[in-house]
Formats: sequence, C-alpha cells, structure tokens
Amino acid sequence: MRPGGLRTRSAHVEVRCAILAALADPESLLALPPADLDFTVRVTRRAQVLGRLALHLSARGLLERLPPTARDALAGALAMAESRARVTLWELDRIAWALREDAPTPLVVLKGCAYALLGLPNGAARLFADVDLLVPEARLGAVERRLVDSGWRGVELDAYDENYYRLWTHELPPMVHAEREVEVDLHHNLVMRTARSQPDPALLLAAARPLPDGRYAALAPVDMVLHAIAHLFLTSEIDDSVRELLDVDQMLRHFGAGEPGFWEELWPRAERLRLARPAYYGLRYASRLMGTPVPDRVLKAFEAAAPNGLVRAVMDVCVPLAVFPVHPDRRTVGAAAARFALYVRLHWLRMPPGMLVRHLARKFYVRHLRRSAPAGN
Amino acid sequence: MSASFPAMRVGDLGAADWSRRLSGRGAGVRVGPFDVLLRVGPTELHAHLQRLYADHPFLTGPRVYSCHARLRAAWHLGRPPARRVRFSVDGLAPHEDMPRGQGLAVLEWGLNLAIAMRFHGFLMLHAAVLERRGRALLMPAEPGSGKTTLAAALAMRGWRLFSDEFGLVRPGGTLLTPVPRPLPLKNDSIAVLGEYAPEAVRGPVIPNTRKGTIVHLKPPRDSVARANEPAPVRWIVFPRWRAGAELAIEELDPVDAFMGVATNAFNYELLGEAGFDSVRALVQAGRAYRLTYSKLPECVAALTRLADEDDLGDPDVVANAGER
Repeated sequence: MRPGGLRTRSAHVEVRCAILAALADPESLLALPPADLDFTVRVTRRAQVLGRLALHLSARGLLERLPPTARDALAGALAMAESRARVTLWELDRIAWALREDAPTPLVVLKGCAYALLGLPNGAARLFADVDLLVPEARLGAVERRLVDSGWRGVELDAYDENYYRLWTHELPPMVHAEREVEVDLHHNLVMRTARSQPDPALLLAAARPLPDGRYAALAPVDMVLHAIAHLFLTSEIDDSVRELLDVDQMLRHFGAGEPGFWEELWPRAERLRLARPAYYGLRYASRLMGTPVPDRVLKAFEAAAPNGLVRAVMDVCVPLAVFPVHPDRRTVGAAAARFALYVRLHWLRMPPGMLVRHLARKFYVRHLRRSAPAGN
Repeated sequence: MSASFPAMRVGDLGAADWSRRLSGRGAGVRVGPFDVLLRVGPTELHAHLQRLYADHPFLTGPRVYSCHARLRAAWHLGRPPARRVRFSVDGLAPHEDMPRGQGLAVLEWGLNLAIAMRFHGFLMLHAAVLERRGRALLMPAEPGSGKTTLAAALAMRGWRLFSDEFGLVRPGGTLLTPVPRPLPLKNDSIAVLGEYAPEAVRGPVIPNTRKGTIVHLKPPRDSVARANEPAPVRWIVFPRWRAGAELAIEELDPVDAFMGVATNAFNYELLGEAGFDSVRALVQAGRAYRLTYSKLPECVAALTRLADEDDLGDPDVVANAGER
C-alpha cells in the first residue's frame, strides 16, 4: 500500500524496521523521505512510542525541522504523554494524602509511575494509563476502605467480573475517584492467584526501596525488571506491547551499567521469585528484538529455564508478530494467528483448565451473544 | 503551511478519477492545517464528497498525512443481517459500526474525533469561528446550542468561515486557525437555512442519525481558498437560542468569559498550564458578550453591526496579530 515502499518485504517486517530504526535514533526521522516519515509516524503512534520520539526531538529543538503535519503529530503525542504523567502523578499525590494517617510503611508504586518517579530513561514521555500499587494482602481491605471513604469508587462490574477480580486475580477491581479519571489498581501480587507459578509478595515487599519523595517505595531494580517481564509474558495480552519490551530493554541497559551486582543477582532472584521462565523469554526477546546488551554468562544461566525446542521455536515466531503492531493498511493472517496462539498460552498459564473453559465461554457469550452488550472493548 | 499550496482542487478532478482514488489508495485533501487521506468504500458517497469538498486543495505526491481515514462497508450478521459502515483511522476503529445510510455523517464525525484525539499542539475549543475585518469571532458553545446554524448563516452573509466546531489556537498566541469543512445542519435548521440561503450547495438528506436528520452545507469558496490565513481573536460571543426571545447582547465580565471558554474546550485540561495561559490570552485580547436570540436574520445583523462598528484601531491587537 505504501507508495515507494519495498513491496518485497513483508508487511510485518516493514512495521518492525520502521519502529526500531526510529527508537534507535529519533533524529533519523529528520532525514526520512515523506512517505517513510508518514509510515513511521503512524506505526510509532500505534506502538505508543511517538511521544518518546517527540520528547527527544523537542528537547533538542529539532521539531521545527519536520514538515508541519509531522510536527503537529509529534507535538500532539508529546502533550498527551505529558498530560498523562501529570494526572497520574497527581493521583499518587492524592492517594498519599488519603492514606496519610494509616501508612506505617510506604506503599510500593509499580510500573509507569515508578519509572517516572525514579527518573528512569524509559519513564520520560511514557504514555501510562493507570496508577498501580502493590499492597501487602493484610492491608488491602484497610487501604480500599480508606480510599472509598475519600471519594474513590470501584468501577461498576457485574457479579461475575467482581468475583473474577476478588477471588482469582492479583488485584482488586479498578477504582476511580469521583472527580477524576485515573484508574487506581491495588495489587497484592504481580501475577494472578490462579497462575501455575507465582512469586511470594513478601520477598518483593521486603526488598522494596523508598523513593526520594518519602511517601512511596519502588521495587528493587532486579525485581522491577522481573515485574516488567512478568507483565509482558504472564499477566497481560502481549499485543502491541513494544512500549513494554522497550521498558525491559531500557531498564536492563540502565541498571546493567549502573547498579552494582545487577547481572549477578538476576538469575538467582528470578528463580527465587519463580519467574525464571518468563525472565528467560524477556532476556531472549529484548536482546533479539531490541539489541539489548545482555552478558553471555547471564543468557547462559537462563538456558536452564528454557522451554523445549518446539515451544521455543513457536514463541520465536509468535512473539515478534504480536509485540509489534500490525500494518495499518495490510492485514496479515500470520499476525492474527500468532496473537491468538499467545492469547491461548497466556490463559493456559494463568488458570487451571476447568476454570479456563468457564472463563473463555463466558467471555465469548458476553462479546458475541448477550443482547445488551456494552459497546467497545 | 502555505509554502507549497497545491493548485489543484477536489472539484477539478474527473468524477471517475476521484472515485477511483477514494476506492483505491486514497485521495489526499487539505483541510486547514490538516492533510487528510480519505479512503471511502461505499461508492454512493463519492459524488457527494466531491461536491461538498469541491474547493478544498487536492493533494498529490508522498507526504505526512495528519490522518489516514477510512470508511468501508461492513456486514453485520444479526437478525436480520444489516449493511453498516465502519470508520477507522490508521487501521483502528474508534467506535462501533453505524448504519450504511449514514456514511457521510459518520465520516465527518470520525474526522472530528480524529482531530480532537490527536492534535494537542493546538488548544482546541469547542466553538464556531468566523472572520470579518481581519478579526476572528469566537463562539464557544455546547453541542445542540445552534452554533452550526449560526456559523452557516454568517458564512452565507459575507463572514469568512473558519469552523462550526473547532476553535484552533496555538498555545501562546491569540490567532485562530481556519479549518473549513462542510457544515452539518440538523433537523429544523435545515429548513431555516434553506429559506435563508437557498443558493448554497447541499449534500444528501441523512435521516435517523443519533442527532436527528442531517444535511451538509458546502462551505463558501472564499473561506476554503483562504484557509491558510489565520486571524487574531476580537469578539468572544456565547450564543443562546431561545424560542421567542428578544435579541439581547450584553458585555461579559472577563472571569465569566474565561470560564465559558475553558469549559468549552476539547483539551483545556490536557494542556495544563499552557491551556490556562492560552485561554487567559484569548480573553485578554478579545471582548466577550452573551447573545440571546430567536430570529436568525436579526442575530446575523446584530453580530455584523457589532463587528462593523467596533473601533479596531487598538495597537495591542495589531501587535498580537504578528505573533505565532
């Protein structure tokens, strides 16, 4: 579809190359011919990394050198990312205020908010949607009650979904303050209760480090990386998650270079937290797809957690097809099949078989058969 | 924007050529600051689109498009099966499929949505904007307040149309950017404008949409031709139509004007401090009024008189016009 593009390359490779080239060197956008720049803007927007490119160019005063329509696209994405950061950090501020009297130890901030508060390289202009907190399970009820008393409400769910969250998952149903729109997720673990293998949250909490602002803590660097990987391979659908693979890549580079003992700790910690298999995938695909410099000895250690050759071969085909967005103009059967395969895998790992059948049957019913199904997804 | 202003207009293309492009790789159309690539499957819309966008610049050659918009037919396997249209931007559908007969309205709403979701490099006000004597009239108002009708009527009486929907301002300035598009008249206002401006070019009647019956009015040729000429804000008017009301214009306190502008914006909160500063700059540069009316011709005459009798020899305003 793309005028001037290489028709011989597959649609998927075209998307992947455009995103990786832009991330590796945002300034390369300035030299792209118009048709290629158009394509790059479209696919990086879809991959949720356009704001990151915009920040890089804007900080160096280079936005002005783009054609006006491209400049407007990047400026819009940057304003959006800055706005999301502002409202989520404000939400954290309000939560700290609501909990000011009953917090003996600071709550642990997860994911995007933690990256931003720590000033990590992947935290800047990262589009994040929610506030995610890790709360000791014993404190969960008290924290939830306190938030409800201060104006937060649980999102309205039917009985099945409410039960699904409370009995099976690693988080409470999402909460939103009556006057704001940011979703707050209170977690008591990093993966679902029903998952085949899961870390002991006490280990994570014990190793957490207080953040400079004094009101929150963040996971230890190794745990933070393992969580980002677990999120990618064990808790959420992997579709279009370039941004999260980029988190893994950037944190491995950042901590690998600056955090003493980081690489030595990675394998024993992954084993201890029972996240060795997802960590194996995380390191494998970060280094293969993003070129993350993982020391050979570390990759070798993680070979012990590798799946059998067949599974690995299937994952090698499927993961890139799912992580990178599909071509905006050309549908490919391969990507759809890969995404479906990973969707099935994800659920297989998250739930025992009987529960899986019930859950998927219900999802199918709600999506396709129920009369007054709510719009959207 | 004007560096390479294309000479060719949508109306210059042969009907078959236009249709072939819409069905194929897409037709590029410049709409104010936005370059839009349209792909439209349902062929019954092609001629209507060419008439309504006849004066808009037609874009050729590779470029960065502001959005790649697509409307295509979709079948729904319900009881009975239904013909629908699906709107998508860059391959993603932002909302559910709509009845096929509403294709034109769906495309126009879709473009509004795509603009509102993306272009935060502008403060985007929910407002009708027109220009007279080189100054902009900004009319912020909620949906259903009759601002499209009023914008259409003013545009048919010599005012230059910027938009019936978007007041676009670059943060830090007080210049409004035109984005002239077809005007979606709704329900009773279709007949009102039919009487008021029978010569205007119209699209097809689209009944039973979620906003009632809709007919699109082609924007005036001059407004489209001068879409690359912004204008500084001068008059901020909050219009209110009320059956049987006497015409009344009262000057508004700047604080009330600020609230009125800020609460009728798509992205005031998203822009944070820049949003606040921009609205303050607009309110300080302009004069604000509340306008109540019931008869359209009377209202158009009053606004025209307001503009024509205004003493524009204010050096501050002229100085503002230069900033960008």
